[in-house]
Amino acid sequence: MEMTLGLNHYLILAAIMFCIGMVGVLTRRNILIIFMSVELMLNSANMTFIAFSHYLMNPEGMVFTFFTLTVAAAEVGVGLAIVVTIFRKTESLDIRKLNLLKN
Amino acid sequence: MDHSMEQAVEQVHQAADTVVAAAAHAPDLHYAIWLLLFPLIGVVFNGLILRKNIPEKMTGWLGSFMIIASFAVAVKLFFELLKLDPHLRAIDVTFFQWLHVGSLQIDFAFLIDPLSVVMILVVTGISSLIHIYSIGYMHDDPRFRVFFTYMNLFVFFMLLLVLGNSYPVMFIGWEGVGLASYLLIGFWWEDMAKATAGMKAFVVNRIGDFGVLIAMFLMFSHLGTLTFSEVFPAAANAWSNDINNGVVIAIGLMLLLGAAGKSAQFPLYVWLPDAMAGPTPVSALIHAATMVTAGVYMLARSNMFYMLAPTAAYVVAMVGAVTALFAATIGLRQNDIKKVLAYSTVSQLGYMVMACGVYAFGAGIFHLMTHAFFKALLFLGSGAVIHTMHGGLHHINDHHTDPQDIRNMGGLRKKIPITYWTFLLATLAISGIPGFSGFFSKDEILAYSFMNFNSGGSILPYALGLIAAGITAFYMFRLVFLTFFGKYKGPEGSEEGLHESPGTMTIPLIVLAILSVVGGWIGLPAVFGEHLNKFAGWLDPVFHPGFEAVRYHPEHLAVPMEWALIAVAVTVSLIGIILAWNFYMKQKRQAIPDDQQSGFGKVLWQKYYVDEIYDAGVIRPLINTCHFLWKQFDEKVIDGGMVHGTARTVRWGGGVLRTLQGGVVGSYAVMMVIGVIVILLSLYIR
Amino acid sequence: MDAQTIVFAILALVSLFSGIMVVTRKNPVYSILFLVLTFFCYAGFYVLLGATFLAAIQIMVYAGAIMVLFLFVVMMLNLREPEKMEGGASFFQTLGFIVAGGFALVLMAFFAGNPGPGVPTYPPGAAAYAMGDTKELGMVLFTDYVFPFEIAGILLLAAVIGAVALAKRNRA
Repeated sequence: MEMTLGLNHYLILAAIMFCIGMVGVLTRRNILIIFMSVELMLNSANMTFIAFSHYLMNPEGMVFTFFTLTVAAAEVGVGLAIVVTIFRKTESLDIRKLNLLKN
Repeated sequence: MDHSMEQAVEQVHQAADTVVAAAAHAPDLHYAIWLLLFPLIGVVFNGLILRKNIPEKMTGWLGSFMIIASFAVAVKLFFELLKLDPHLRAIDVTFFQWLHVGSLQIDFAFLIDPLSVVMILVVTGISSLIHIYSIGYMHDDPRFRVFFTYMNLFVFFMLLLVLGNSYPVMFIGWEGVGLASYLLIGFWWEDMAKATAGMKAFVVNRIGDFGVLIAMFLMFSHLGTLTFSEVFPAAANAWSNDINNGVVIAIGLMLLLGAAGKSAQFPLYVWLPDAMAGPTPVSALIHAATMVTAGVYMLARSNMFYMLAPTAAYVVAMVGAVTALFAATIGLRQNDIKKVLAYSTVSQLGYMVMACGVYAFGAGIFHLMTHAFFKALLFLGSGAVIHTMHGGLHHINDHHTDPQDIRNMGGLRKKIPITYWTFLLATLAISGIPGFSGFFSKDEILAYSFMNFNSGGSILPYALGLIAAGITAFYMFRLVFLTFFGKYKGPEGSEEGLHESPGTMTIPLIVLAILSVVGGWIGLPAVFGEHLNKFAGWLDPVFHPGFEAVRYHPEHLAVPMEWALIAVAVTVSLIGIILAWNFYMKQKRQAIPDDQQSGFGKVLWQKYYVDEIYDAGVIRPLINTCHFLWKQFDEKVIDGGMVHGTARTVRWGGGVLRTLQGGVVGSYAVMMVIGVIVILLSLYIR
Repeated sequence: MDAQTIVFAILALVSLFSGIMVVTRKNPVYSILFLVLTFFCYAGFYVLLGATFLAAIQIMVYAGAIMVLFLFVVMMLNLREPEKMEGGASFFQTLGFIVAGGFALVLMAFFAGNPGPGVPTYPPGAAAYAMGDTKELGMVLFTDYVFPFEIAGILLLAAVIGAVALAKRNRA
């Protein structure tokens, strides 16, 4: 069978990238790196949208990606502001020191 | 073929037109709601709006006028029905949809028909007089206003009970009457015994309520409806098709259980004598005019079931007859003036129930009405006597002598003539002396029970009823002789304090005395003429369908036979009176002191020990079981095992789970992903 | 193997490598740089999928704006050398690794099965490539999705205000 580039290739790649991002979120302690891992996951989801959109000939997936991008930009803006505030308070980027929820 | 079809269609159309025409001619009776609104206004004003500093007179007259206004509405309804053709005298008045769930369709609606109109006339009429009387009797009571609130509430529920056009609406009134009676019997709750009496009335009534509820469940599940106008034809239909016969009998018996609770029938009568603990107007209201008649009303209303099921009817007749005799014998040896009247009420209610059991529903309602007159009079009269005795004892600052004990009375005839004469008239009425109201109704019931015997029924109801009539005459005259004749037996010096009661009390007595005498003349026996029994004719449309359903036409008695029955009944009553005269007037016997009771008399004095039997047979075992459950089950299993066990389990589980709530954001993320995995797996597996 | 597949294979390898580097670097600055590389690869995938407009946006917004923001933050925080985080791997870090692996297995299990009905594996026609260009996407965005578009604008405004409010030093 001739190897043709199909939907599954994109989906599998996106899934793997998503899981790499997840490993970063779940195992790293540096807030900044966790943040970047989240971006990685978000992009993988975007790629899935675009791949489906392309193969199903439906532009809505791309429109959705556009909005995801907007939300991601907003999230990064606010998120980094929070990181800055946290660092000012704790002089650290260690997520384990952020255990105020405990009380 | 075509022609006959056309004819049939034409007939159907004509029938439909007649129905529509009848509906169009039916007067708009929506103003009947004012029957309920007036007492409710009284409750709201006296209970919620007016404050304590309102003068007694105003509160009392407000409450009384509300009931009088209701009475006026009832009279208007009566004349409205009178204008209609007899077979059109059954009007459903719907106010709003109440419960519409699936096939259960219950509206808040009244049924205005001859039976309910008789009931509302009796209830509002007697209640008006009792309210006026209460203004005098309850004078200076610290909770005067509350008393009138409860009284109005009571009348409100009683009217709802008799006006409802379906069993559930009736049941609201039924339960409400139970509540109001509890409040009124225990009105002087500072006295533990009186509070307990209220509780007893409530609990015993609950047993009856249970019967009514079961009956309603059976009706709904097997007949599919609870509205009077639908359930009776449905029952007749089921019976004629030979289905659900057992259910019809069961409904009849369950309704009897309900009636036994409310109308104080054997074996559930025990609450009524104790209910004398309430103020005397309450006794008159509950035990003469209203609450206790509810059961009889329901039996008469449900006449279809008893017409269909002779078994149930026979049980009803026997319960009534046994109660009549049983309570009458207890009445022979009671020394509390109100207790005697209480047992006589139970006994008279037995007559009414018995009437329903021998298909004499009209006669039962007739006796209900005449009994309402003379028993209200007797209670109010006894209240006046107690009031007088109280005044006398107060005069010498005696607070230990019981003002209700007939052993302290005697010779009161001269002191309180109005009370004496009215009381005597009521006693003559209850004893069945010809010319007085009680004679006509009691005679009709006895005649019907004999007729029932003639058409193949049992002789027992008639026989027991006859004996009870004699005993009734005896103990009632014993009461009169011991109270009003002979020498005054109260503490020395108290005689000077005896005075006639105020006008608000004596005027109702006089009105009721007139009614007790003439009230029976609307239902003359058949021997005086075919259509002179106006009362039976008035109620006939209500009971007609029941008689039609089973094609039951009791053979009328021959005129000589009826004269003979009247003669027997009167003779038995006269024997009772003469015996009482012989014992208490000629031989000057006195009521026996508590410590000299002996023999069978003591058994009667102790009311057959029924309360003690209930205590040993039902209440003690129940309390012991409850105690066991409390100590062994509640404290050990529930408290020890479940309550504390739950707490311990939760604390232990919390300890384990606390490690998960480390507050570290990362751990929450891990938990979240685990959740996502579980969701994905569940999708995949499906 | 056609040219597309070769390009895809190269981009896939690079993005996998740089993705792993993002999550494993100690120094956030290296992570950021590798993340930029990953985003470039993603832009390449988008081009392959005919989403040219989105590829451009990807580079401008992500590789441009967002990553620059990250770098600014790192510089602002003045992290001369990577912070030493005390304590070894916690229970949740180990668990997190296992869980992420499990997640990957679950996703792969989906692909191992039938692709499912209605999911084409053949290369789509030329129309699919035309769909993603700026003009076509703009037509959709400014007609059917004009309301969400406006909402997105308000969201960005809110984010700007939020970020400023959060990051400004509290002067009492």
